[in-house]
Amino acid sequence: MTGYLITAFIYLCAAVIAVPVAKRLGLGSVLGYLCAGVIIGPVLGLVGQEAARLQHLGEFGVVMMLFLVGLELEPRMLWQMRHRLLGLGGLQVGGTALAVAAIGLLLGLAWQVALCVGLIFSLSSTAIVLQTFSEKGLSRTPGGRTAFSVLLFQDIAVIPMLALLPLLALPELGASAPSAAGHGGEGHEALNLVAHLQGWQHAAVVLASVTVVVLAGHYLGRPLFRIVADTGLRELFTATSLALVIGVAALMSLVGLSPALGTFLAGVVLANSEFRHELESNIEPFKGLLLGLFFITVGAGIQFGVLAEHRWLIIGLTAGIMLLKGAVLWGLAALFGVRGTDGWLLTLSLAQAGEFGFVLLSYSAQNQVLPADLAQLLSLVVALSMFLTPVLFIVFDRLVVPRYQRRGGEREADTIDEHGPVIIAGIGRFGQIVNRMLTANDIRTVVLDREIGQVDNMRKIRIKSFYGDATRPALLHTAGIDDATLFVVAIDEAEQAVELVRYLKHAHPHLRVLARARDRLHLYHLRDAGADYIVAETYHSALNMGSAVLRELGVHPFKAEQLRAAFEQIEQNSIDQLYGAWQQRGEGERVGTNYLQLFFELDGIIRQAMLRDRDDRHPRSARGWTPPPRNYEEVIELPDID
Amino acid sequence: MTNHNLLVLFAHPSIDRSDVNAQLLQASRAAPGVTVVDLYGEYPTYQIDIDREQRRLLDHDVIIFMFPLYWYSTPSILKEWQDLVLEYGFAYGSQGSALHGKIFLCAISAGGSEQAYRREGYNHYTIRQLLQPLEQMAALCGMRYLPPFALFGSRTAAENGLLEAHVAKWQRTLQALREGRLDVRRAQALPRLDEHLDKLVGAAP
Repeated sequence: MTGYLITAFIYLCAAVIAVPVAKRLGLGSVLGYLCAGVIIGPVLGLVGQEAARLQHLGEFGVVMMLFLVGLELEPRMLWQMRHRLLGLGGLQVGGTALAVAAIGLLLGLAWQVALCVGLIFSLSSTAIVLQTFSEKGLSRTPGGRTAFSVLLFQDIAVIPMLALLPLLALPELGASAPSAAGHGGEGHEALNLVAHLQGWQHAAVVLASVTVVVLAGHYLGRPLFRIVADTGLRELFTATSLALVIGVAALMSLVGLSPALGTFLAGVVLANSEFRHELESNIEPFKGLLLGLFFITVGAGIQFGVLAEHRWLIIGLTAGIMLLKGAVLWGLAALFGVRGTDGWLLTLSLAQAGEFGFVLLSYSAQNQVLPADLAQLLSLVVALSMFLTPVLFIVFDRLVVPRYQRRGGEREADTIDEHGPVIIAGIGRFGQIVNRMLTANDIRTVVLDREIGQVDNMRKIRIKSFYGDATRPALLHTAGIDDATLFVVAIDEAEQAVELVRYLKHAHPHLRVLARARDRLHLYHLRDAGADYIVAETYHSALNMGSAVLRELGVHPFKAEQLRAAFEQIEQNSIDQLYGAWQQRGEGERVGTNYLQLFFELDGIIRQAMLRDRDDRHPRSARGWTPPPRNYEEVIELPDID
Repeated sequence: MTNHNLLVLFAHPSIDRSDVNAQLLQASRAAPGVTVVDLYGEYPTYQIDIDREQRRLLDHDVIIFMFPLYWYSTPSILKEWQDLVLEYGFAYGSQGSALHGKIFLCAISAGGSEQAYRREGYNHYTIRQLLQPLEQMAALCGMRYLPPFALFGSRTAAENGLLEAHVAKWQRTLQALREGRLDVRRAQALPRLDEHLDKLVGAAP
């Protein structure tokens, strides 16, 4: 037990120290984890034996990542990107794989090995690239979006690759398999339901399992989550989410399919459900930790002996791979009309090999596709190319961008920046109207509510909303707060609304926060918390009712409207003063005597303004459209203009 | 000689569809010593703040209405602005001398061609004739009225390449007004301000 605790502590400490340092240096978290692994493994020798075993645990992070990728893949979004996704992504993966494989063949590899290496190096690092894009604000540029669609295609392409690679197994490696394949491989085989079945039975079982995942996800998953959500216990929801992912992964392993494929499917099935953001925010930390663990073990597993021995080979291979990948991307950028800085961004950002490369390399070695020593060598190439990615981003920033800025400085005006979504917290009577008005104008909204019944009702009338507690930072993160433009706080709980506003203004100072106040005092609290715009929920409807009453009493409609506007104007003018008085309230007082005094004064002011004649004998509210006095022409002398 | 302060009261109810006025607005905002008020932007519900607008008038020496011509007149908010802000006792009447001596002009765009705004054209009157109510408003308030600075054929000005020159001319006009280098007396006799700008702008007095 003590041993485990010490090991866990070493791993966590390494991550906690290395990752912030790497991020500070602009290298991204993936490199931080890799460095941490290198330090505690080969350099300090603190860990060793268990690294390979832990790597299999870490690989489960990849399974979770694919579940999250699936959750992100709304069919509609997929459809919008179909050309770039299939065309550009497909050609990138296919072209790179074939080019690398051809070179492999020339170097004398068996065709199976060459193809396997080609597939592995066609992938790029989603983790590094997306992280860097969001850090540098490149996600919304055309180049950034194109790169994202290529990465997405690669992430999906991993799934058929995992299915395809075992078919490339080399018979001669089979003999030495147990020693070469490492530790985890056989463990899975032992628990395989389909090993003894015939071909057609095997196919039937596989088909049945996939059907079970899809149907159960669709018909059982949502009612189950609804029941769990109704209990209001957060940890139960987390447990259910984990059970779902692990259960699907287990089922897939049992029938001999890739767990990643299964969880990906489960993710897609649940992508349209109201629990999407809540699921994401629950799985996200586990995925992050496990992937981090995976990268650490990769770093810890790097054999400096191999690196030193094959120094020039590894450097040469890395440079060659990156040049080749860059060339393929450059050609595709030209083919698809991605020009200028965007073409360069695509070329430079995706030229590295990715984290899935590690997974596929160890997977291929286990399945006797690659000789273990080659896999070891190539994983060093993958790691080195990832280490070099930040350098390419620096090249992009320092050399590419200035060149294009000088040439075409006037292009700015016609690129319209796409707005991030408006997040609406609370979809009761108030939030609904706000949301309907926005969506009617094609403004993207993300609607959150923590009452599952309310979310159900909204979905019945085709308002897309998500279950989740908007006061939880993790949920806000998955709902897209980082690129949201506006946040509307319309939740019923007055105190939580104030807390939420305070948190939002603290954690996201640039976000505009618009809040609904229940009453006057709530309004002051919200203002205190930093809300940018506040409206009291009953104020305007009550004013409208007031002017309706005036009309019913026979006041001319236009006059009634003017009286309403004058009333509102005077109130508006006094808002700062009242707020100031409220802030001066004593300890424990709700409003303070000073405030009450002012409030009654305000009523007096309004009364006077409505009734009092001004010097020109017109009531204040009728100021405007003031006719000149009778006989005014007698006193008019036209001024001398010049 | 101190510089004059310029106030541009801009009225365009659908600025997102405008070619000409959006550019003139931008040029005015960029010019030094010019306060630009987007009336539709500031008073979307027409609740014009009379006190604030009167203060603005007092703070400036040159008052400019900038608008697209709507039915031979201003867009409605500018009329509302006149009805509300130019009060008896402030802008006119025995005590109403707040605007005396200020310069007033209109910067307008019109969809019709210049030929249309002639006696023999389909609009029958020149632009200066059509804007006579504003000219008389200026007179009653004791302001010095300059003829309109106008762009005709505004729907096609951008594609015909006329817009850039017009905007440059506007910038020049603003600067001359600011520095008091525009020959007001001479300009008052002309039908339009933009036509003979070269003759009107002189060296600093």
